[in-house]
Amino acid sequence: MSTNSDLEYLKLNHWQKIGYRIARFFVGIPKALGRFFVGIWRAVSTFFQLLGRELADIVGTFVHGDWKTRLSFVVMGFGNIARGQVLRGILFFIFEVVFIGYMVLTGGYWLSMLPSLGKVGPTEVYDEILDTYTTTYNDNSFKILLYGVLTIFFIIAFIYTWRQNVKQNKLAEKILASGKPLRSGKEDLRSLVDDQFHKTLLALPMTGILLFTVLPIVFMILVAFTNYDGTHNGYSNNLFTWVGLDNFNTMLNWSVSKGSGSQSYAATFGEVLTWTLIWAFFATFTNYFLGMFVAMAINKKGIKFKKVWRTVLVLTIAIPQFISLLYVSKMFAKNGILNGFLMSMGWIQQALPFWEDPTWARITVIIINIWIGIPYLMLITTGILMNIPADLYESARIDGANAWQQYSKITLPYMLFVTGPYLLTSFTGNMNNFNVIYLLTGGAPTNPAASGAAGTVGYTDLLITWLFKITTGPDSQYYLASVVGILVFVVVALISLIVYNVLPSIKNEEDFQ
Amino acid sequence: MSEKRLLDASSGAPVKRHMGLKASRTAANTGIYCLLIIISVVWLIPFVCIVLQSFRVESTWQEGYVIPKQWGLDNYRNLFQTDFPRWYVNTFISALFTAVFQTIIVLCMSYTLSRFRFKMRKGLMRFMLILSMFPGMLSMIILYRVLSDLGLTQANSVPGLILVYVASSGMGYYVSKGFFDTIPKSLDEAARVDGATRFQVLKKIILPLSKPIVIYTVLTAFMGPWGDFVFARYISFGTSSGMNVAVGLYNWLNKDQIAKSYTMFCAGGVLVAIPVTVLFMCLQKYYVEGVTGGAVKG
Repeated sequence: MSTNSDLEYLKLNHWQKIGYRIARFFVGIPKALGRFFVGIWRAVSTFFQLLGRELADIVGTFVHGDWKTRLSFVVMGFGNIARGQVLRGILFFIFEVVFIGYMVLTGGYWLSMLPSLGKVGPTEVYDEILDTYTTTYNDNSFKILLYGVLTIFFIIAFIYTWRQNVKQNKLAEKILASGKPLRSGKEDLRSLVDDQFHKTLLALPMTGILLFTVLPIVFMILVAFTNYDGTHNGYSNNLFTWVGLDNFNTMLNWSVSKGSGSQSYAATFGEVLTWTLIWAFFATFTNYFLGMFVAMAINKKGIKFKKVWRTVLVLTIAIPQFISLLYVSKMFAKNGILNGFLMSMGWIQQALPFWEDPTWARITVIIINIWIGIPYLMLITTGILMNIPADLYESARIDGANAWQQYSKITLPYMLFVTGPYLLTSFTGNMNNFNVIYLLTGGAPTNPAASGAAGTVGYTDLLITWLFKITTGPDSQYYLASVVGILVFVVVALISLIVYNVLPSIKNEEDFQ
Repeated sequence: MSEKRLLDASSGAPVKRHMGLKASRTAANTGIYCLLIIISVVWLIPFVCIVLQSFRVESTWQEGYVIPKQWGLDNYRNLFQTDFPRWYVNTFISALFTAVFQTIIVLCMSYTLSRFRFKMRKGLMRFMLILSMFPGMLSMIILYRVLSDLGLTQANSVPGLILVYVASSGMGYYVSKGFFDTIPKSLDEAARVDGATRFQVLKKIILPLSKPIVIYTVLTAFMGPWGDFVFARYISFGTSSGMNVAVGLYNWLNKDQIAKSYTMFCAGGVLVAIPVTVLFMCLQKYYVEGVTGGAVKG
């Protein structure tokens, strides 16, 4: 694919432009990879430069600083207190005391156990008096991994705080040398609702995210490199330990066939991933176009009771999905209402295999998803459709454009332009659409070749429902679930990256003006 | 003469075209009305069916017909023989607390990211975008273990659930950030010039303008717990008194329970859907605003 000149590019129609961009993307991969590695190299070298500068600054502060500053290197906050910033000093000092106390009391243990994840598993000792076995739980791999990670977080926080402490000493010396007063504790407190207000506002949300999102994700990424499962839970059973890349090998190597039914995990993963992508594609675009169509129908001039139609659709958003989806799933069952109705009308002799046949099940899932998704898309597109300038249509009509031409030349490009980012998030959201699949089919019908020790795998299973099944399956192979989770991340990140490079709304902001 | 003819022609043609247009438009509109009626019926059928089946007395099993042969409130009465009221209270409490705390957290987050320009801002947003690409399901295992160490699982699952719902809700700041972005910054600046602190700006200027987004956030936060059954099931595993409605009702459709509790599921579903739907319909306007705004700003 040769590089088009700007003029040639502008001559292309919308789809050709998109095609051109996609082609450009793939042609550009080697270059992008090159840039990626150069970028990494630059990032690494910048990091070391920064590190060097920081170290130089720390040393410089120590060499040129007065005794208060120098003492602060060991006793955090001393300089602040000595210079009258009592509040800051006390906080620094308390943090240091807590940190040292924590490291001595427990942190050191967790950290030292991290490389082995525990040495002594649970032991049973026969108790002669009670005539029972009492279990001692000794090392607990789960806790070691969890608190080990937490300890590392804590150490990073401590280094950061210590660096702040050093910085503040240098700053305070400078301010005092220029003859200005330092900020008092009262002013510090006041700044927390004023120019430092963002710190106050972010404190709570970020703590929550750190503890309940970042920590679990780091933990689960690490689990992918261990053998943590139901039989190695590091608590009542054996300890678990590091296994390197074994789990990735199990999951991605075609020649390794164990556990997952008669075929390798790699084959199962490939099948599930393919279906996940097909599902996400259809779920996103059927909803998108049909939702836009319904919105246009309701918005059309001369259609009355617009509010009524909209309310009927919006009603379905209000009802919790587990009710509507579970109920609809039962409606389509072999002995459900739909089959009952069709049979009583004499239109069919046997129940239709909505959930029993793989192809039927997949199509039914997509169709029911349309039922779920159209109301949202109707709402979203209604607002955007109204924003399209009416005179565009007016002039198109004068030029003799028919309805289809108006749609394909005005409405659709405008919509794609405005909702591009939304389409992307909705695509990745559908890849992880647990609710629809799990509540409708639970992954059924079962795929016998793929089902094995890691639990059953069905023809409608997405990666995310498969992950859930592995977790809650008979062996609870958490390590495999983590591998699948990491792979889901890789796929989602890759798709996002590609789409962001191809998407007009990001790349070419002037395209539609 | 010629001028008159021209005028006639020019006025005649549009009239004729107008007539043709009108006829075809009526035809098109009739088609659209038919379509909209079909759509409305298709969208409402499941809900009509669920209500009808909840009044069925003669059989608790799912049957091939919808209209009950014998009407009655038996299913609703039976609901109160089960743990259903407990589940209902559990869900209501968690929804209430989640609505309050999640709103506070989401608003703090989105307001900060919209209004303040600090060093880590861009990095923070990119970091959260990357975090959101990991399937949240993965966290379940560890959160369960941590909560169970804290004693917040099984029968005590409600506080545990609230904690989990609220704690990571800061990630969902997109919609309300988009809203704050639309409030002109000059308002803030004017107040700052007059000597107001950042906190006063938020309290006296931004919050009074933010009614729609506050209501949107409260509404979505309140509706979330009613539908959550994955994490709630994991956390309340095997303890009926710790379940929420979603988990409880889900279990009624298990293979071994469905025969005797299918119609009870319908009745329970109706009781769950009514308050949520009424609330939603009352605040519909705000929801629509939020959803449309959120999609456009991405």
